[in-house]
Amino acid sequence: MMFDIEKIRGDFPILDQKIYGKPLAYLDNAATTQKPQSVIDAISHYYQADNANVHRGVHALSERATAAYEGARKQIARFFNTRSEREVIFTRGTTESINLIASSWGHANIKAGDEILITHMEHHSNIVPWQLLCERVGATLKVVPMNEHGELIMESFDALLCERTRLVGAVHMSNALGTINPIASIIAKAHAAGAKVLIDGAQAAAHLAVDVQALDVDFYVTSAHKMYGPTGIGILIGKESILDGMPPYQGGGDMIRMVTFEKSEYNDLPYKFEAGTPHIAGAIGFGKAIEYIQGVGFEAIEAREKELLAYANAKAEAFDGLRRIGTAAHKACVLSFVLQGVHPHDLGTIVDREGVAIRAGHHCAMPVMQFFRVPATARASFSMYNTEDEVDALFAALKKAQEIFA
Amino acid sequence: MFELRDLYQQVIVDHNKSPRNFGKLARFNHEADGYNPLCGDKLHVYLNVNDAGIIEAVSFEGEGCAISVASASLMTEALKGTPVSEFKQKFEGFQHMVTSDLDELPDEAVMGKLAVLSGVREFPSRIKCASLCWHTVKSAVEDSHKVAKTE
Repeated sequence: MMFDIEKIRGDFPILDQKIYGKPLAYLDNAATTQKPQSVIDAISHYYQADNANVHRGVHALSERATAAYEGARKQIARFFNTRSEREVIFTRGTTESINLIASSWGHANIKAGDEILITHMEHHSNIVPWQLLCERVGATLKVVPMNEHGELIMESFDALLCERTRLVGAVHMSNALGTINPIASIIAKAHAAGAKVLIDGAQAAAHLAVDVQALDVDFYVTSAHKMYGPTGIGILIGKESILDGMPPYQGGGDMIRMVTFEKSEYNDLPYKFEAGTPHIAGAIGFGKAIEYIQGVGFEAIEAREKELLAYANAKAEAFDGLRRIGTAAHKACVLSFVLQGVHPHDLGTIVDREGVAIRAGHHCAMPVMQFFRVPATARASFSMYNTEDEVDALFAALKKAQEIFA
Repeated sequence: MFELRDLYQQVIVDHNKSPRNFGKLARFNHEADGYNPLCGDKLHVYLNVNDAGIIEAVSFEGEGCAISVASASLMTEALKGTPVSEFKQKFEGFQHMVTSDLDELPDEAVMGKLAVLSGVREFPSRIKCASLCWHTVKSAVEDSHKVAKTE
């Protein structure tokens, strides 16, 4: 398929603007992606024409809102190849999805003496909920180490996996390093040891095709806003057989079938986990974002992003004083680095004045910073709409930063 | 337009490269930690206040961006020889300078060299970098054992 970069850029109205008089180069896609016009339109259309509460009214607007909301769920189910729509639970995002699992499944299944195994490159949102759970129930949190390229040491994973391991939590693609983890092998090994597996797909789902049945993953979680969709909405995909046995996470409307003061009966999946009025417009926007990704196609997206990363990597290697953080053999669209003599935060400010948006900080992955013994890194993260010119603008801005601090 | 050089003036670049009063004091009677969780900037300040209530010596250790290191370095120079009783006024003067409206020029007669930091007003996300050291000395002066933050 031909990759028409001009057409794609044209779909994202925000990209066409100047920052301090320079063309915007948005290279902070790992933090959040921009939204195509189709997503923006779907959200405004919902508020302009269809706004009503879902699953309640018998009137026309409520029917339309419900159909659009459930239509988005169907689309998401097909995109991730779930067994049914009942396996797709809307949440506020990846963080809430993980907290839901830790709170509901974790409390019911993790006991004193059990172990939860995560990796050294997890985002704080896949560390802290497990620490909270471990503290409460007396379980132990174990961590799979990584090597200096930012790759998991799989021999250590094998060694740490044991009959006490109840859950393995691993990030599909590291936000701080770009590493793509071998999740198929992680899942198969964990299952062989009798553990369930949670994959944090926040960073991966816009860049790689994910088939939850082929992976046989127990829980897969992600956020819409990193997939060209709106903020405030994400999903928890879980195996129906596991979700069925889990107690509710929050109580309220929509999650019940019958309420009396003596006892309440809970609703069926997925509604059991969707208490309260959901982010209806968000779900609809999420559905449209997925439609957008499907329209371009993962084959084209992956090929283009690989090209761009290779271009940026070559420039980075040739750049004097630049040290890349995260050099895994299998990685995607993230260039994390430190520049000798220039602190990442100064770098962030300086390149911003050149119109280049990057992230500087610990990327909510402080253990990764500790491993590489840096307080922070600068991170350029690319998406399908980025261009070689934008990569050039980044490196020109880095030169400028070096000049200021020379 | 505000230029980058207005923020990264030579004074700041220089104080970042060779910070003054860097390291632990041999003798001190007040100290405190400062931490900016957003940036990861870490700071430790040491003060020696004599019987007459004068800040006889002040130093800092830590790591951070150029703005935070230069600000700490300039601060130690500004505080050396100051009566502790005047610290609050200096602290408030600095806070005012880095948060005031852009059209308000810093009072160079009062602020002295610290005036070079007034440029951070143009960069809201960087104001904390400049003020962390001041909050940390405030903790030290008050003998608060809490880690200083800018909030």
